[in-house]
Amino acid sequence: MAKVHVTTTINGEPSEFLCEPNDTMLDALRGPLGLTGSKEGCASGDCGACSITVDDNLVCSCLMLAVESEGHQLRTIEGMAQGDKLHPLQQKFLEMAALQCGICTSGMLVASDALLKRNPKPSEEEVRFWLAGNLCRCTGYDKIVRAVMDTAAEMRAQ
Amino acid sequence: MNVVTNNKWIGQRTIRPDGMDKVTGRAQFAADTNMPGMIWGKVLRSPHAHARIKSINTAKAEALPGVKAVVTARDIVDFTIEKGAVMLGIQDMRWMCRNVMAREKALFPGHPVAAVAATSEAIAAEACKLIEVDYEVLPFVIEIEDAIKPDAPILHEFNKFEGKPSNIAGRLEHKKGDIAEGFKKADIVIERTFTTRPVHQGYIEPHACLISVTPDGKTTIWSSSQGQFMVRAMTSLLTGIPQSDIRAIPAEIGGGFGGKTIVYLEPLATILAKKSGRPVKMVMTREEVMRATGPTSGSKSTVKIGATRDGKIVAAHGTFYLQAGALPGSPIRGAAGCSFTPYDIPNLLSEGYDVCSNRSKVAAYRAPGAPIGAYAVECVLDEVAEALKMDPLDFRLKNAAREGVKAAHGPTFPRIGYIETLEAARQSDHYKAPLGKLPGKLQGRGVASGFWFNAGGESSAQVNITEDGNVVVTTGHPDIGGSRAGIANICAELLGIDYRRVSVIIGDTQTIGFSNLTGGSRVLFASSIVVTQSTEQIIKTLRERAAKIWEIDPEAVKWEDGAAHPVSPNAGQFPPLTLKDLAEKAPAMGGPIGAGVQLNTQGADGGFGTHICDVEVDVDLGIARVIRYTAVQDVGRAIHPGYVEGQLQGGVAQGIGWALNEEYIYTKEGKVDNPGFLDYRMPVCSDLPMIDCIMVEVPNPKHPQGVKGVGEVPLVPVMAAVANAIYNALGKRFYSLPMSPPKVLEVIDTPAPRQAAE
Repeated sequence: MAKVHVTTTINGEPSEFLCEPNDTMLDALRGPLGLTGSKEGCASGDCGACSITVDDNLVCSCLMLAVESEGHQLRTIEGMAQGDKLHPLQQKFLEMAALQCGICTSGMLVASDALLKRNPKPSEEEVRFWLAGNLCRCTGYDKIVRAVMDTAAEMRAQ
Repeated sequence: MNVVTNNKWIGQRTIRPDGMDKVTGRAQFAADTNMPGMIWGKVLRSPHAHARIKSINTAKAEALPGVKAVVTARDIVDFTIEKGAVMLGIQDMRWMCRNVMAREKALFPGHPVAAVAATSEAIAAEACKLIEVDYEVLPFVIEIEDAIKPDAPILHEFNKFEGKPSNIAGRLEHKKGDIAEGFKKADIVIERTFTTRPVHQGYIEPHACLISVTPDGKTTIWSSSQGQFMVRAMTSLLTGIPQSDIRAIPAEIGGGFGGKTIVYLEPLATILAKKSGRPVKMVMTREEVMRATGPTSGSKSTVKIGATRDGKIVAAHGTFYLQAGALPGSPIRGAAGCSFTPYDIPNLLSEGYDVCSNRSKVAAYRAPGAPIGAYAVECVLDEVAEALKMDPLDFRLKNAAREGVKAAHGPTFPRIGYIETLEAARQSDHYKAPLGKLPGKLQGRGVASGFWFNAGGESSAQVNITEDGNVVVTTGHPDIGGSRAGIANICAELLGIDYRRVSVIIGDTQTIGFSNLTGGSRVLFASSIVVTQSTEQIIKTLRERAAKIWEIDPEAVKWEDGAAHPVSPNAGQFPPLTLKDLAEKAPAMGGPIGAGVQLNTQGADGGFGTHICDVEVDVDLGIARVIRYTAVQDVGRAIHPGYVEGQLQGGVAQGIGWALNEEYIYTKEGKVDNPGFLDYRMPVCSDLPMIDCIMVEVPNPKHPQGVKGVGEVPLVPVMAAVANAIYNALGKRFYSLPMSPPKVLEVIDTPAPRQAAE
């Protein structure tokens, strides 16, 4: 089967790639685009380790066809820090030990960022339900929820 | 050894050395590495629960364009049954060689029967379909009760128990006193039987590896595991390539919890790479992970406890049957050895039975076996305390093990911190707080305790001072939960420098000395001993160098705050020589500064924890939710409190899943019916409350910083704490896991006759 040429924007940069028609966006990110920060934990949209945003909507990149990215704005974990300046969520995850093995961390950060963009003052319950699509097996979520809420409070104070 | 006090870095919540890579997506996990010319491997798996493999024809697969190599059991080194056990750690290679590739028989649905490497994943998958396997389908057995029946289908005809072919592959017992005499002294005896379902370790990163074999046999393995040396040794044994030719590079590991202490893919990928002459990458799907790796055992336990009216336990008997899965090796040692250990019981018999059945071979899961046993024991203790009208913590305090008590599994306890955990639980805000009341919902509180052996064992470290006066520490254990952060704190503390000047890396098998698995809660315990000794050697060298420069006796030089100083004005008046100064002068003063230490570490004493759990049960829907949880644990010394708490919180979350939701469900053909995260329901963020931690610090006197292992204890008490809380809420006991909504509703709706105490 002939490969498809796709033109899209990833982390603010114009990008082009070739993919099979049935490749997922996650396949394209991790394969031809070399962006391995998004992880495959299940390939069925249940673990959230592959979370990215498409035009500011949070999606599991394993549930999206790569060809569907044509003409859209994608953001991945690799675009979260601005140069050498971490996003406040990244900094807070480090300071509050909100990661252990790190395999869910990319997806957690992308999902948390999407939450705070929509809701700068989430309650603990809102954080927990927003992140319910991102599995973490190491932390019991405690430090992740605290880090998101602390970051939100700090960002509001600025 | 003296415990360091007045620390600057030990006990601080420093930033972990690998953190920046992990929050920016840079960290390289097993599936993140590629090589030029790389091809893809796929495994053909048995569709049958139990079948004799009569023949395998790979001709059509080999003829498919794009296919570069095919592997079957013929290509893997056979460890024959007749020659007896060849052990690597706790693993018998006779079983490992049959687990990575079915030999005489396929023993569970998902058992590998062949593997293919091709230029794309799609071609490899297509080729698998072209392999013709002639199976003689046999009757199968999955559940313990069925597997131990006299007429059960036998998995391994060579295995005899009490003289007859049997699925019982092993038995062990721990004994103390005489239980028959002990039970005679009891005023109250309660005996109950419990079952638990198989649950998976649930790491989010599927198993993956990339392997290159050059024509001269030099092999490089990138894979994620709980031990690169285990990967090297098992791959060597199963392929015949000497260890000196295998460089196993540890990728970052995306969770293991015991499940990555054995290999699945590496030997297959190595042989495929060798045959094809191309680097081979293999990545499991989630479905393959669920069908063919782990999980832990399902179990059936009977526990009988007798106590006198004044609340003293006089006798206890536990019988623990654990599923081994397809090949022997269930964690009966943890179940039989840990479950009664928190208590001083004069008459005890604790027995474990290892039962084979047609499901995937069990893999270690966080305190293997101990949570299964503790679930049964701690639930019965709750009933005994209730029958005696005693507070469950007071009852445990009255019977708690302490220094000088001999545990049934052998050791006499040194100074331990179990009583401290009970007292801290009793004094906690949580235990004193009243339960709430909501219409349609019932709240309850339960407690439970747990023990895990902990482990020492082999570790190696190399500590080098860089030419610019900073530090690089190399150890040999994959870091799952933050051990690099702990090592940085300790090394910085000893050298008296900022922790950010210490870089901690995990070496591969050819650059650092042998280091045993990341498992048994041993890593920070063992690696901090070798890092401490290496650093102490370096400090000695630094003092000698300063003494040489100052032309005074080395004994007259002390190391403090990152610099050499004369011990007193009498020794001479010299400005301090910092680490940077001495590193710069190193070439002229004797050469590079570094030290390595390799040890079989000893002195890892067991760990104890006590948990308090509040649940709320929706009586209409049958949903039990944990609404408050406190984990109290004797952690020895919290080198990095954030990651110690993280171990406690993560263990509790896994236990809540085991208690309330997680279970393997099998079809009538014996296949796992829920091999994905949608139907295998691990706790998600909205299922859980905050998990409070109380870290009791009773330093381990045999460790330079007082460290005890902390990773496994926190899973041990959880299922019993949740079960006891649900009983407290409903007034009805559960004797099987998980306590999922349909089961809770059934118990609420049926006025089951309660099992009475004798």
